[in-house]
Amino acid sequence: MLQISQLRKKFLDHQVLSGIDVNFQKGKVTAILGASGSGKSTLLRCLNGLEDYETGKIYLDGELVRKSQIHLVRAKVGMVFQNFNLFPLMTVLENLIYAPVKVKNLPRTEAIDKAKTLLKKVGLENRMHAYPRTLSGGEKQRIAIARTLMLDPEVILFDEPTSALDPERVQEVLRTIKDLSHTGITMLIVTHEMDFVKEVADRVLFLDNGSILLDCTPEAFFREDQIPRVQRFLALKKAPESIH
Amino acid sequence: METITHLISVFEFVLKGVTVTLEYTVLSAIGGFLIGLLIALMNVGSRPGVRTFARIYTSIFRGTPMLLQLSIVYFGIPSLTAYKISPLLAGVIAFSLNSAAYVAEVLRAGIQAIDVGQFEASNALNIPRFLMMKDIILPQAFRNTLPALVNEVINLLKETALISTLGEGDIIRRAQLIAAETYTYFEPLMMAALCYYGIVLLLSACVRVLERRLGYATN
Repeated sequence: MLQISQLRKKFLDHQVLSGIDVNFQKGKVTAILGASGSGKSTLLRCLNGLEDYETGKIYLDGELVRKSQIHLVRAKVGMVFQNFNLFPLMTVLENLIYAPVKVKNLPRTEAIDKAKTLLKKVGLENRMHAYPRTLSGGEKQRIAIARTLMLDPEVILFDEPTSALDPERVQEVLRTIKDLSHTGITMLIVTHEMDFVKEVADRVLFLDNGSILLDCTPEAFFREDQIPRVQRFLALKKAPESIH
Repeated sequence: METITHLISVFEFVLKGVTVTLEYTVLSAIGGFLIGLLIALMNVGSRPGVRTFARIYTSIFRGTPMLLQLSIVYFGIPSLTAYKISPLLAGVIAFSLNSAAYVAEVLRAGIQAIDVGQFEASNALNIPRFLMMKDIILPQAFRNTLPALVNEVINLLKETALISTLGEGDIIRRAQLIAAETYTYFEPLMMAALCYYGIVLLLSACVRVLERRLGYATN
């Protein structure tokens, strides 16, 4: 449902994405892995127009994505950010219903009902009238996920959704994401949580220097005799404290 | 006893200027805020031509004396167009245009200080630019720049004293009139100072209440 062909992007002299070709199938969970600077976040951000790209084509549901009509893509593609990006002057409920009511013209009462259902789903119905700054990081991210779900996206892009969280808050967010997997929503997740990838992902893309080095199942990705580049990457994930 | 009644009558006379000063201040603060908001939005927008216009505007109105701007509006416009402009209109126009340049810079800084994630989340949620600015970005910018915006109103209040040069009976003009009439300078000028300072104190108190209430909203 989401096709990318020959996507290239440069930051000044640095080639961030050097010709990405990949298709994403409906309803599947794809983990996008790679060292920092490998271009994984940039790839995600190109998909919903937060980042420009020089050449390449993106097709959503068979239609070529034009930069001037990026809102058509955004209507189908939600995004969850590393830093949550909740609106600080709105309550949790207002954060959730703002876009559906103001942008999609959903009646307010309907939006509120929907918000309540989703808040229950992420286990935060009691925080409906709280302001974001009174919430923990994990709660904020679960609210951000609910906010994205309010717009019924076909695709959700997760850009390191647990990287800004305290370690003890990571699991509650991963559980929320896991609950969404295989509900028909296509999910692309940039993450450093390898156990989560093993458990939830249908597919792994490994990016290195702006191109896809590996495209395989998690089983194949984590197998013992993996190529040295990936072994090095996984070794660092296992023992981050040994890096000096 | 006689000095006290004299002081009271001086005070009463000067006090009447407060409404004049406030009239200029309030109208100019509103005008300055609206024009300043417009210039700030032009400044953070994506069109280079519009941005250049905003920069030139700010540069000119910050770069020339307020008294000169007032004179150009009050004396310059009639000599150019034969339209006899009233001191009130001239004053409000000149003060608004001048204040707008400062307000625009304050708001521009306030907008640019907002986390880029707020813009990205708005984009990702498909919120159009106008709604994003109105409901998400500007409320945060106003909050963060409230102290600086109040500074601007206080400045404006004191700048309106220039209107006395056009013969308007504001606080300072009335004080000067008494001084010229009675050859006593100290009392009327002190009265004038008291009036200005009183207004500033009152304004500051109102803003403190406002700030506290805004603080509650997010706690």
